[in-house]
Amino acid sequence: MTDPGPSPSPEEAAQTGTLATRLALKQRAGGIVVPIVTVIFALVMSWIIVAATQHSAHTALVVFKEIFDGSGLNWVFHPSTNTFTSISAYNLSQTLLQTTPLILTGLAVAFAFRCGMFNIGANGQYLVGLMVANWLGVDLAGLNPFLHILLCIVAGTLAAAAFAGIAGVLKATVGAHEVITTIMLNWIAYWTASWLVGVGGPLQNASDPTAPISNQVSPGARLPDFWGKQGFSGLHIGIFLSLAAVVVFWVLLNRTTLGYEVRAVGFNPDAAAYGGINVKKNLIRAMAISGAFAGLAGTLDMLGGAQNYQIGQLDIPFIQVGFIGIAVALLGRTTAVGTLIGALFFGGLLYGSFHGLGSSSVIDPTLASNLTYIVQGLVVLFIGADVLILYVWNSRKRLRRKPPGTAAKGAEAAA
Amino acid sequence: MADDDLVLEMRGIRKEFPGVVANDDVSFEVRRGEVHALLGENGAGKSTLMNILYGLYRPDGGEIRLNGKAVSFSSAREAIQAGIGMVHQHFMLIPVMTVAENVVLGTEPRNGVLLDEAQAARRVAEMAKTFKFAVDPEALVQDISVGQQQRVEIMKALYRNADVLILDEPTAVLTPQEASDLFEILQTLQREGLSIIFISHKLNEVLEIADRITVLRRGKTIETVPRAGATEASLARAMVGRDVLLRVDKPVAQVGDVLLEVEDLHVSDDRGLEKVRGVSFDVRAGEIVGIAGVDGNGQTELIDALTGLQKIDSGKVVIGGTQLSHATAKAALDAGIGHIPEDRQRRGLVLEFSIAENIALHDYAKPPTARSGWLFPGRMVQRAKTLISEFDVRGGGPLTRAGGLSGGNQQKLVAAREIDRDPKVLIAAQPTRGLDVGAIEYLHRRLVTERDEGRAILLVSLELEEILSLSDRILVLYEGKIVGEHTGEISEEAIGLEMLGGKETAAA
Repeated sequence: MTDPGPSPSPEEAAQTGTLATRLALKQRAGGIVVPIVTVIFALVMSWIIVAATQHSAHTALVVFKEIFDGSGLNWVFHPSTNTFTSISAYNLSQTLLQTTPLILTGLAVAFAFRCGMFNIGANGQYLVGLMVANWLGVDLAGLNPFLHILLCIVAGTLAAAAFAGIAGVLKATVGAHEVITTIMLNWIAYWTASWLVGVGGPLQNASDPTAPISNQVSPGARLPDFWGKQGFSGLHIGIFLSLAAVVVFWVLLNRTTLGYEVRAVGFNPDAAAYGGINVKKNLIRAMAISGAFAGLAGTLDMLGGAQNYQIGQLDIPFIQVGFIGIAVALLGRTTAVGTLIGALFFGGLLYGSFHGLGSSSVIDPTLASNLTYIVQGLVVLFIGADVLILYVWNSRKRLRRKPPGTAAKGAEAAA
Repeated sequence: MADDDLVLEMRGIRKEFPGVVANDDVSFEVRRGEVHALLGENGAGKSTLMNILYGLYRPDGGEIRLNGKAVSFSSAREAIQAGIGMVHQHFMLIPVMTVAENVVLGTEPRNGVLLDEAQAARRVAEMAKTFKFAVDPEALVQDISVGQQQRVEIMKALYRNADVLILDEPTAVLTPQEASDLFEILQTLQREGLSIIFISHKLNEVLEIADRITVLRRGKTIETVPRAGATEASLARAMVGRDVLLRVDKPVAQVGDVLLEVEDLHVSDDRGLEKVRGVSFDVRAGEIVGIAGVDGNGQTELIDALTGLQKIDSGKVVIGGTQLSHATAKAALDAGIGHIPEDRQRRGLVLEFSIAENIALHDYAKPPTARSGWLFPGRMVQRAKTLISEFDVRGGGPLTRAGGLSGGNQQKLVAAREIDRDPKVLIAAQPTRGLDVGAIEYLHRRLVTERDEGRAILLVSLELEEILSLSDRILVLYEGKIVGEHTGEISEEAIGLEMLGGKETAAA
């Protein structure tokens, strides 16, 4: 699940067997092992919490089955494509609907990471995409549907790119840290969006002036559903755009000079500058591309069924996809395929625990909805501690040669 | 000195790491009051042996005797209690604490539960005086020079009553002046009866300070010889296992056109201090011009200005006829500059990139590596393969991470990339820093070959010997100005004097 770009293949590593290749192999192993162990740790911790609050270890196990079934991932055992007769098919379509924007916000965070930046502003960039798509989706009613959708998507994506680019420009010119600026931009997007759809706001709906809610996107601008029935929150074609974005992300990073520059700057800006790469330009560009991914998530959600083609002022505080995108990217180790898997994991967890647990009587519904956040928090916590997890993973070997810090150095000196 | 006056004996030491035997039946002994040098190339097993002695590694076989008694340490603490002190290459000091606090850390004199600071300072001051350390016990460690920090490390060991002191490549971080101060301190310690183990791969300093020299090669003891009778050539042969050309054998330079022209260059560093103050010189095709100077006299800023990495205040830089005074790094590269940077890990390489990606660092966007924005990794790998074999880079293939290579191979990789671009002007900054004899020999020969190919080579080095042996012309840089220019034979002392500002001449 790491980049198939220039990095040693296991066969070649096994052949040469130098320290360098062994290290690379170990890293590759760590690259898959760490996220898996992270998830297992987080789930075990959640299990303990549920078991403690429910006073039953068995109930706690049932909870995970309910989440799994609720996410519709059990669909693989009895596949049926009819979302009206098969509960698992319906659940799966809803999980994939949740996954669609998470893939994109995950890619957004991952792309900035590759250039050495931490984009916490995916939520704000998502909102910008959402708003622009709503505005054009409503205002340009009557346009050729294909053109209309294309225009909404392009405009929403570019607007979010420009919005994120502000953080890049500030970093490149005055050195303002992107963590601070993207958080502040989140609030700008938050309050601007709240005003836009609020009472008296320019995007407020025309029919009910007391409701702080936007107009519905015109039918011509809606993304067609291909699974489930149009208008009944079926799965829309946005997921294919998300999947395409995964491919674009990989190709951009590994097969273009732009991606080479991004990675060089991300790993070592001094060496990149020495190599003739314009570091400042790359910071701005990478931030804008990152914002474009998040903005695309917003446009797809607005034009697809997830937000029911409109947005209310009261919905805005509950939008979390940008923040979950951080967990998705970290869990996926900022690789294309990893992010995809991470998004599916969180999409399943979100839908599965809210709807699977919420509708079952196994546990207290309040705990059910909070469990998602608990697991999510634990995953982020454990990813932050992946050094610790690697340490535990290697502890058997390390116990034999003390102290741990000097072991690698010694082996290097001896090689 | 009789053989029965042995402080330390290590017999038949063996230590294996997965896939490598770091120490293979190594035997080594130290007499009371001697400076015993442990000499070997990078990776010969010197550090492993000393880490075993210091209790950091457990040997897989062999025996250690301290003052005649068999000992076995399972931690550094036990080794310290037995009277062994070690000064690592990277200091382990706390910058925000005073010298005295750092020295007593862990074994503080106490006044109830509180640190008795007065007593600590007094005892450290006494020690500094006895051994002529010239360090203020009250100063904060972050405010004192690297040389003084090293003395604090030595004092830490002495404070814990070290009887045997291990110094791991102590001169690697020191200026020549600081190194000679260190040697004086070591001689004082020696007179006080301490035994010193001096780890190094530099032949000249070993011959200067050591009473006896033990040479390790590939984890094995090759020989132990007294200083008397040892020569640089004999030691180098023992280290490398073959005859090594220490003096570069080079034909007379066939000088051509001026390829690098610098006129009245002024450059400031990042903090706005003027570091290059009116430098003018030129380098012609087919000659090596060496810039000698003590670290921090403007070398870094000069190189960065020539390569477009630092803005210049005023002056003129012309490369092969192209005006480059305010050019970007990319423009400098395109005009025909090759640059082996002084810090290959910070600047010369992206350590997480593969060898192939590092080789493409300057030309990743040009055909055949890329065409209109698309990258062709296969061609990158192909080019890397050619260069790896041409420059004998060992330790991996095109897809190996550059960070996994040894220092010498990393440097070969950088040199391969820079030379392969066919530069008109090649700037080599500290090209052999931290490398072992074999790699140094290779790089030196290569620089001469490239000179004879008709490139203009600017060599900037803090190693005076390197400057003297390679350069056709020597410029001495002192406080941002060129204070001397020499061709032909010149003594090390004369240049050394100029490097310290001893003679101001209006050269160039």
